[in-house]
Amino acid sequence: MKPGSTFAACTALVRRDFTLIWRRRGDALNPILFALIVVALFPFALGPEPENLRRIAAGIVFVALLLSGLLALDTLFRGDYEDGSLEQLVLSPHPLALLLACKVAVHWLTTALPLLVVAPLLAEMLNLPHGVLPVLLTALALATPLLSLIGAVCVALTVGMRRSGMLLALLVLPLYVPVLIFGAGACNAAQAGLAYLAPLLWLGAGLVLAVVLAPLACAAALKISLS
Amino acid sequence: MPEIDVHDRPALLEARRLAYARNDEPIFGPLDFVLHAGEVVLIEGDNGAGKTTLLRVLSGLLEPTSGDVLLDGEPLTLSKLSHQVALLGHQPGLKGDLTALENLRFAAGLGGLRAGISPATALAGVGLEGFADVPTRQLSAGQKKRVALARVLLAPVGLWLLDEPYANLDLEGIKLVNRLLELHARRGGAALITSHGAYAFTSGTPRRIPLRATHAPGASP
Repeated sequence: MKPGSTFAACTALVRRDFTLIWRRRGDALNPILFALIVVALFPFALGPEPENLRRIAAGIVFVALLLSGLLALDTLFRGDYEDGSLEQLVLSPHPLALLLACKVAVHWLTTALPLLVVAPLLAEMLNLPHGVLPVLLTALALATPLLSLIGAVCVALTVGMRRSGMLLALLVLPLYVPVLIFGAGACNAAQAGLAYLAPLLWLGAGLVLAVVLAPLACAAALKISLS
Repeated sequence: MPEIDVHDRPALLEARRLAYARNDEPIFGPLDFVLHAGEVVLIEGDNGAGKTTLLRVLSGLLEPTSGDVLLDGEPLTLSKLSHQVALLGHQPGLKGDLTALENLRFAAGLGGLRAGISPATALAGVGLEGFADVPTRQLSAGQKKRVALARVLLAPVGLWLLDEPYANLDLEGIKLVNRLLELHARRGGAALITSHGAYAFTSGTPRRIPLRATHAPGASP
C-alpha cells in the first residue's frame, strides 16, 4: 500500500484542471472581453485624441489586465471548495504547497496568458508607440504571474466565506499597487526614453520571491479556511 | 464500551481524552476509544452531536482542542495521517463536469492506487458499470455517493472515515456499503462510520461509540 509519486499527483491535477477549463471553454473568453471593454471605455471618457491616449496607454492596459485578472481570481479555489475536492487535496499525501502551485500555474496559463496575447491589440487601440510594446509585454509577462500568486494567497484566505468577492478585491488591490507601479513605471520610462530596466528587475525579483513563498502561504491560508 | 474480540491485534487508531471546541463552545468529548485493525465502528449520535467534527479531527483537517490521537501508537501528524486515511465527507468531492471515471482517475493520481484495483473495476464494484462516461453532474445524489465510495475503495489506505455513508442510498446501496466495509475489515483495514442511527447494519452488529452533544466541558461522554 503506497501512494503514487508526487509528480504523478501534480500531473493528474494539472490534467484535471485543464480538462475542466476545456469543458467550460466559453467562460475562458470572459476576462478577454472584459479587458477589451474596459480599454474601449477610456476613449469614450477622455476623447479620442491619439496624443492624449498615447500618454496613458500603458497604464490603462496594465489596469485593465489587472482588473480582469481580479475577476477571474475567485474561480481559482471556489469550485474545489464547494464540491469538497479541496478537502481531498489537503488530505492527499503530497505537499499541499506544490499542488497549489500547480493549480495557480494552470490558472495563470488559462486566464492571464490569453490576456497577454491580446495585450498588443489593446495597446494598439490606445495608440501606444510601437517601440514601447516589447517593454509592456515583458512587464506584463513578469507582472501577471506575480499578480496570480499574490491573488491566490488572498483567495485562499477568503474561500471559506460566502460572497467574498468585494472583500477579496479590498484585500488584493492594495497588494497589487507595487506591481502596478513597477510595471506601468517601466513602460512610462521607456516611453519617455529613460532607462526602464530597473523596474523590470524589481518585478522579476518580486516574482522569484512570490514563486517560492506564495504557495506556502497559500497552503497555510487554505488550512485555516477549511477549519 | 463492550469488550471486543480483536484486541490482540494492534491498535490502528487511539483517541485519548480527545475533545474539540469551537470558539470555547465544546463540540464533543473528551472521548476515549481504540480502533483495532479489522474493526468497523459506528459513531452514533443525534444531529449536532459532533460526529462530522470528530471525523474531521481524526482526518487531520481540524486541530483537536485537547487530547491526543495516536496512529499505530504514535502521535499523529497530518502528513503521516494522509498516507493512511481516506475520508468520505458530506460533499462527494467530485467534479460535475468530469465523468465518473475521470473523477476516479484523478483521485487515483492524487492519492495513489490500491494494489489489484483500477478506477474501472472500482466503479463496477459500486454497481455503476454503465455510467463510466456520464458527467457526474447528471448522476443522482445516491449515484454520486457511490462514485465517492469508489474513490475510497481506490485509496491505498488502511483507515476509512466515512461520514454518513448510508445517506441518499437505496436498500441495495446500503447492502453494498456493508459489503465493502466487511471486505475492508477482512483484509485488515478499519473503518469509523457515522450515522444518526436510522440505518441498521444488516450483517453483524458493529461496536458503537455513542456521541452526545456536550455542553458541560469536562463531562465524560
